[in-house]
Amino acid sequence: MSSPIRVTNRAPRPNWVSTRNPCKACAPLGATLVMRGIAGALPFLHGSQGCATYMRRYIISHFREPMDIATSGFSEASTIFGGGANLHQGLDNVTSQYHPTLIGIATTCLTETIGEDMHSLLHEYRRTSAATGPQLVHVATPSYSGTHVDGFNDAVRAVVEQLAEPGVSPSAYVSTFLNLFPGLVSAEDLRFLKEVATEFGMPITLFPDYSETLDGPSMDKYEKIPDGGTTIASLRATPSAKASIEFGRTLRAKKTAASFLQEKFEVPAKRIGLPIGVQETDAFFAAMEKLTGHKTPAKFREERGRLVDAYVDGHKYLFGKRAIVFGDEDMVVGLASFLSETGVVPVLCASGGKSGALARSIAEVTTHLREPVTVRDNVDFMTIAEEVALKELKVDFVIGSSKAAKLARELGVPLIRVGFPIHDRIGGQRILHLGYRGAQQLFDLVVNTLLELKQDSNSIGYSYL
Amino acid sequence: MADILRGRERQVYRKGQQQTFSIDCEKQSVAGSVSQRACVFCGSRVVLYPIVDALHIVHGPIGCASYTWDIRGALSSGPELHRLSFSTDLQEMDVVRGGEKKLYAALCELIDAHQPKAAFVYATCIVGVIGDDVDAVCKKVSMEKGIPVLAVHSEGFKGTKKDGYRAACDALLQIVGTAPIDDVSPMSINILGDFNLAGETWMIRDYYARMGVQVVSCITGDGRIDDIRRAHGAALNVVQCSGSMTHLAKELERKYGTPFIRVSYFGVEDMSKSLYDVARHFKNQEMLKRTQNMVREELERILPLLSEYRTALQGKRAAIYVGGAFKAFSLVSALRHLGMTTVMVGSQTGNKDDYEQLRELCDEGTIIADDSNPLELSSFLEEKDVDVFIGGVKERPIAYKLGIGFCDHNHERKEALAGYEGMLNFAREVYGSVMSPVWRLTPRKRGNMLEVVK
Repeated sequence: MSSPIRVTNRAPRPNWVSTRNPCKACAPLGATLVMRGIAGALPFLHGSQGCATYMRRYIISHFREPMDIATSGFSEASTIFGGGANLHQGLDNVTSQYHPTLIGIATTCLTETIGEDMHSLLHEYRRTSAATGPQLVHVATPSYSGTHVDGFNDAVRAVVEQLAEPGVSPSAYVSTFLNLFPGLVSAEDLRFLKEVATEFGMPITLFPDYSETLDGPSMDKYEKIPDGGTTIASLRATPSAKASIEFGRTLRAKKTAASFLQEKFEVPAKRIGLPIGVQETDAFFAAMEKLTGHKTPAKFREERGRLVDAYVDGHKYLFGKRAIVFGDEDMVVGLASFLSETGVVPVLCASGGKSGALARSIAEVTTHLREPVTVRDNVDFMTIAEEVALKELKVDFVIGSSKAAKLARELGVPLIRVGFPIHDRIGGQRILHLGYRGAQQLFDLVVNTLLELKQDSNSIGYSYL
Repeated sequence: MADILRGRERQVYRKGQQQTFSIDCEKQSVAGSVSQRACVFCGSRVVLYPIVDALHIVHGPIGCASYTWDIRGALSSGPELHRLSFSTDLQEMDVVRGGEKKLYAALCELIDAHQPKAAFVYATCIVGVIGDDVDAVCKKVSMEKGIPVLAVHSEGFKGTKKDGYRAACDALLQIVGTAPIDDVSPMSINILGDFNLAGETWMIRDYYARMGVQVVSCITGDGRIDDIRRAHGAALNVVQCSGSMTHLAKELERKYGTPFIRVSYFGVEDMSKSLYDVARHFKNQEMLKRTQNMVREELERILPLLSEYRTALQGKRAAIYVGGAFKAFSLVSALRHLGMTTVMVGSQTGNKDDYEQLRELCDEGTIIADDSNPLELSSFLEEKDVDVFIGGVKERPIAYKLGIGFCDHNHERKEALAGYEGMLNFAREVYGSVMSPVWRLTPRKRGNMLEVVK
């Protein structure tokens, strides 16, 4: 689809060699989130002790939940002679302590650089250990390639590839179901997607599903591995699905779980944008209608009605406002779509990712915009700040993860916190971004942030706004 | 009773139940144990991070820089260069071809842009593996830019956090002794091992100023390169956080003959003892008198306030899990001061002497653990029916998940916990953690029954 507006990714880039205030984390982090979304599974990093500890801290500070990640804990000797022995001992110890049904192993920069052959190491481990041991899956996540989002998507694909068995249905009673691969979304988003499936009367295999494992109840006993997650049985059955839906316009050229299932098992793959805002959510419900043969349940049609009504109520507050949108690429595309349909101009859309598809995806979802949008991928926060200064961009707010707190403070505008990670507020896991209901919450949040600013930034102190 | 991982049995000790005291420690973490420890890089990064006018660049793939960006308070009274995250962000082709050129270019552009007083280059896991000569690049840039550019050899797998501390101290040693010390008083000290996470260094500096002691440098809280250059001029090194800084203190003693003493600024008793120890070192009656007056003043101010908290907290049970064991000593005393009992105490990196001292300090039945993990810690909390758990951010969700109060005594604290005012803050936070009404709603206290809350 060609865009009548100017969406450019060709702004003159200052030749910075270094990355300054990164707008991304490393690939294994995304993989550990995916492994945490499998029932009975424990994430395991093949590498140094520090990787596991740092990623635990990063994830804990967002979800405020326990996040146990085991590690093979490399030493100097393992780096020289290979980490097979450490891996073996680590897997044994994790098995005896946690009794997982699956261990999800991700590599790190260190183990990838020294060329650990995970396939043969795990083959060797399986050969010499008890047949009753946990299922092992692994994913290559060299930290020098891609971002946490790539690690996430690669892990989704690796798990599906390694567990998929043709002709297995999750239960005798279920003959028709869908696979749904949502990408890196919040726990609340995952709960919402399950609700949608239930309301459509269509069973789904939602993967990953950390809606309970990373947002669980208060307990009187510590759960070694929290309840919840996509079951191994349903992951084995993914080739029997009627179709796969995956979210993410920027996935394009990437080999994904859905594209694998299509190529190998002829499961039709439907790729749509992250359903944020009316347009993108319409596309999701249209896909659900088509695949289930059912009309969108009244509950969601009513939510859509209320959302559009709210857009009308609030349109004056938003028209012509200008925002910087940044974060994971598909989140940026979804937010840009949502904002532009409310009248906000996402003047600068930026991401640390570099799928190569960001500009085109933004162009696709902002066709009705009359103002120019600059899209920048593979950037860091200092580059974003320089871009704003260079172009003398005037913006009203910044929207994205908490990592832009410094940027927003320097610009003197509010930061609306969405996506991942949110390290300086509570409840990041409970933000609903998806569906009409998610858009409703985002809309109210954006409007009220601007109204609050208006109320607080003058001496009048309006009683009605 | 806790399910202790095979190979770790000797790293957990219960006072009173074992006749002879012995605990294994200073060992590599057992593979697969989900240790709460970090790595060599972490050790170096935490020590050097608070030097506010230096450039800190992480050489390696992006993760290590992302995860340590603005990670702890480390407040500054001036420049805030340390709060920015710089990385060479090595990519696949750099791994193949080597990262030296990229490091050189990154250093040059960042030094030009930010005009730092020095630069620290943290070598992470793969740097050595791909064969980069970081020392050579640093030397070259240092010559060209005229500032110290120091390689910190902190490859994550090359040992434990303690090795990272050592690498950081070695980098600092290259800076000390490079500026004149003519105006340094004979009654002067360096403050070693406070990181000013929530303004503690400023409070402590103020105490020393009131005593009449000149503080030459703070290593590294609110740290300045020019001060550290002159650190060899101080008459005494006062070392807190002995785990990270003893190596530096010993080297300064060897090279410059500066003696050192160990102190702790946490808790009323340890804080006062620290100040008296410094005053006594200088054998100056007037200084001792000033110190006595100051301590009296401070105590008269805070003791009545503390006693109110003590009444409420009497008999409550605490668990402690911290990085260095030295901090644990002070916490046990401080909690006792609040009428509380420590029923479990552990650390990531304590040594035999530390644990022996903890054993002497603690009551019968106390669990002492080295390099523990979430499963053990959670079982200790359950077994001992703990009221408040004191640790760092990775321990927090363990306590919270079980409906147990938690107090961050590590990177994420926002209130100063050192000194007299800090003891008051600590008491306030423990009180707020233990006495919150939310616990009575948790399953641990009342089950999952949906009955009307009484």
